[in-house]
Amino acid sequence: MISFTLWDIVRNLLLAARWTVGLSLIAFAGGGLLGALIMFARVAPNRWLRALSTAYIEVVQGTPLLMQLFLCFFGLALFGIDVSPLIAASIALTIYASGYLGEIWRGCVDAVPRGQWEASTSLGLSFAQQMRFVIVPQALRIAVPPTTGFVVQIIKGTALASIIGFVELTKAGTIINNATFQPFLVYGIVALFYFALCYPISLLSAALERRLDVAR
Amino acid sequence: MTYQLHFESLSGYLDVLARGAALTIVLTAIATVAGLAIGVIGAAARRSALAPVRALAAVYVELIRNTPFLVQLFFIYFGLPSIGVKLTADEAALLAMTVNLGAYATEIVRAGIASIAKGQIEAGLSLGLSRRQVFLHVVLKPALAKIYPSLTSQFIIVMLGSSVISQISAEDLTYAANYIQSRNFRSFEVYFAVTAIYLVLAIAFRALFRGIGNRVFARR
Repeated sequence: MISFTLWDIVRNLLLAARWTVGLSLIAFAGGGLLGALIMFARVAPNRWLRALSTAYIEVVQGTPLLMQLFLCFFGLALFGIDVSPLIAASIALTIYASGYLGEIWRGCVDAVPRGQWEASTSLGLSFAQQMRFVIVPQALRIAVPPTTGFVVQIIKGTALASIIGFVELTKAGTIINNATFQPFLVYGIVALFYFALCYPISLLSAALERRLDVAR
Repeated sequence: MTYQLHFESLSGYLDVLARGAALTIVLTAIATVAGLAIGVIGAAARRSALAPVRALAAVYVELIRNTPFLVQLFFIYFGLPSIGVKLTADEAALLAMTVNLGAYATEIVRAGIASIAKGQIEAGLSLGLSRRQVFLHVVLKPALAKIYPSLTSQFIIVMLGSSVISQISAEDLTYAANYIQSRNFRSFEVYFAVTAIYLVLAIAFRALFRGIGNRVFARR
């Protein structure tokens, strides 16, 4: 019989927390790229692009992340692709993050004063040039605090990857709990780990928002 | 792709899906009401004159908002029995949903209250209203009207997030999906259909909340 000391529990959770961080980074990078495309489609002059991206956001924000995970995990297998939990979780979290980031960033683009669009149009800039030189640089500044805030949602979202068997912080907690039978202690420590990851980012987001308010 | 989709394989399980959806709806409805109540109390506590009350409310909000709902759920369902609090899966799910929503609602209502101009409160007090009357009639109702849209988005986030309560064997809509796919092995069809049901629920809830909002916060 192996007995677990407190340090054994903490050490194993620390090792597993690397995967929570890694998966969060993958989801943020993937979701950021796809989300930027969604944002461009959302404000594009083309009506079909706008309708399509609006529907995409509606579906992503109107369905549970867990279902998106299951559909990626079981759906891709239908095409004969053998997906590992890591791949399925990465794809699902990328889709999830892009649906929210696309909408957050669309809001930031909308916050750029209307006159900027009109001025750049009257200068003869194309849509791509307007975005590149006029709108995005201004929207970017507004986008930093809410984007930072959404990172917290991504980190918490990675906990669901445990359900399709990916061993990150939550799954490691479950495994350790099955060996130690100390759920109060183990899940308490798991929660504190998430808190230690997320709270500084929440504080940063709030501080950035205050600074932006002052700057205005 | 050689795989043939067979959605008709779900036809024998409509009652299972209906029962699951019913639990999801009922838990969401109760958690919404209870969570909003906690939100109002929590927001009042965050403005309390007593520093320990303010601190307690802040710790509650930050702890919940910076940890995953799934871990909160496991802590309540698996962790609390070891200190003598035994809950059924449904009770634990409802408690977790309420506690979770309560923290977000506290923060949302607090932001609404902060947006009420100080002059309004002073005007209320100078009219001879008590502090409680000012809070209820001058501060709370306009604050709620202002933050109602973000509040309803949060209600829907809780409904969608409740899909993980199937992990502690609460028999909600996702549990129904897991049950069905374990019997007919049509996992993609089942999860696709259930995802569509969640989408319909989210749209229906949003319409319902908008209707309630129009009625309660009608412009006079």
